[in-house]
Amino acid sequence: MCEASVSQTAFCSGGRGAAMRFRAKIVDLACLNHFSRLINTIAKLAKTCILRLTVCKLYFILSDKVANGGASMWCELSQGNFFDEFQMEGVAAEHNEIYLELVPENLSRALKTSQSAKAVKIKLTNKHCPCLRVAVELEHPLFSLKPSLSSSSRIVTHDIPVGVIPRRMWNDFREPSVPDFDVSIYLPVLKTMKNVVERMKNLSNFIVIEANLSGEMNLKIETDLVSVTTHFKDLGNPPWASEDGCQSSAQGRDLESMTEACIDIKKLQQLLAAQQVNPTKALCNIVHKRIVHFILLHEEVSLQYFIPAIA
Amino acid sequence: MPFSAQPPASGERYALSASLDNARHLSSLLRAVHFQDYATCLATASGLRVTVEDAKCIQANAFIQAEIFQEFSVQEESVMFRINLSVLLDCLTIFGTSSLPGTSTALRMCYHGYGYPLMLFLEEGGVVTVCKINTQEPDELLDFDFCSTKVVNKIILQSEGLREAFAELDMTSEVLQITMSPDKPYFRLSTFGNAGSAHLDYPRDSDLMEAFHCNQTQTNRYKISLLKPSTKALALSCKVSIRTDAQGFLSLQYMIRNEDGQICFVEYYCCPDENITEAEL
Repeated sequence: MCEASVSQTAFCSGGRGAAMRFRAKIVDLACLNHFSRLINTIAKLAKTCILRLTVCKLYFILSDKVANGGASMWCELSQGNFFDEFQMEGVAAEHNEIYLELVPENLSRALKTSQSAKAVKIKLTNKHCPCLRVAVELEHPLFSLKPSLSSSSRIVTHDIPVGVIPRRMWNDFREPSVPDFDVSIYLPVLKTMKNVVERMKNLSNFIVIEANLSGEMNLKIETDLVSVTTHFKDLGNPPWASEDGCQSSAQGRDLESMTEACIDIKKLQQLLAAQQVNPTKALCNIVHKRIVHFILLHEEVSLQYFIPAIA
Repeated sequence: MPFSAQPPASGERYALSASLDNARHLSSLLRAVHFQDYATCLATASGLRVTVEDAKCIQANAFIQAEIFQEFSVQEESVMFRINLSVLLDCLTIFGTSSLPGTSTALRMCYHGYGYPLMLFLEEGGVVTVCKINTQEPDELLDFDFCSTKVVNKIILQSEGLREAFAELDMTSEVLQITMSPDKPYFRLSTFGNAGSAHLDYPRDSDLMEAFHCNQTQTNRYKISLLKPSTKALALSCKVSIRTDAQGFLSLQYMIRNEDGQICFVEYYCCPDENITEAEL
């Protein structure tokens, strides 16, 4: 029943006698819907992932294990933008964080009932094993019959099993650094990109993404039967401040020459299909024949997704 | 071999070269005959014919006449090649199948000749996709030798009358039996499935009947799995003509009106199922 991959004794033996605590509440419907949409996106990108809780932020982390096909994800949001109440106490005073392993699809399902909820409360519990208890407060169905009970509600509770990640393993989940990329370029309209990639997925298992510093990007597939190339122009290249001059390799470089990476097309299609709303900003950084680093910004949420190149 | 995003100048001598403002005019018709991966394309001055066959019993043809295209030129008398139709359709619909009203994908098609791939240039919203699809030696196609002088029975029906019937055909039946007669039941579709037999009759004076020319009572059976794909063509069409010849060969001709109101045709030919004796009929 409990799918925690980490021993549940880690939860009880905090080591210093401090018990981990987490409780949060969302009352605002718009925030709730936004949060649900985010969880739906995460669920489409990862079967299992790490939820890291700090005083100010929430992180959804997928590390680049072979099981994930090498793709990794780092999603970050400020709790203040979503939660009306947020209290957290980590494993210890000087490590005031909590790392949980969970199946985001479980969280997504729990939030499905919250479309028109009055409030959602999330709490870390440990009755039989560590769980995130999601309590969705809904309007009582008999509200119209008994106006005097207008404040009554019914509560739907979901217990989502989680695994507590012990302190010694936290280093496995550090924020990935922005790679020393060869090209950075804004993505085309995601809907168009998604449609094209979906069709290309029928034709090939691998796709080449290439781009240059003149705002041009090509998506290419090639098999024995067919080759297809889609050309995007005038995308624009984001300006990156050169801190120590390492990114200024752009100067003196041929603006037209293409940087490319060949990646698993399913991973790219998954990323594009997971987006439920158009991001405010969407760009990718390509390290020639090594890795493609996607950055998608949705107002209060930043999502980074890394897809390694096929050797 | 590398190729640029620009379509070649029309001065170049291509065996087949065509332009179409709305690729859907081609892709929707091809979908109506897409029941096998491979198809044979024949281009002549009159237009494009795409043929799909199965089991040496059934043949479907989609006709897109030259007038549908904004430009259509064939250098020799005819150009013929075999091509993967699934791949062709994925390429024609590379920008997706449901686009906003008012937007369409523009298409340019070029074929250099025997041994060369088919090149497609598709454009929508300023984004260009270039496709290069390998072609093969065309197979010999079946000739049903079906001409109007050999037709025994013929009816023309409005498609809406048949759509539901075909969509709900009892697929547990091995055959679809078609009866056409100058007398009752005039036009009857029958299936013999696990739950029993089902008969659907269309009287000759029905509103849906546009033409009724039956000279002889004929009952023929056709493998239902072979005819089922014709439902796609039926769904697109406004009218269908059903004809049989003396051997019981079936011709279904579908009249399809595209988004611009232009008429195109799709036809299906099917051999009667021979695993039955006279006594059973």
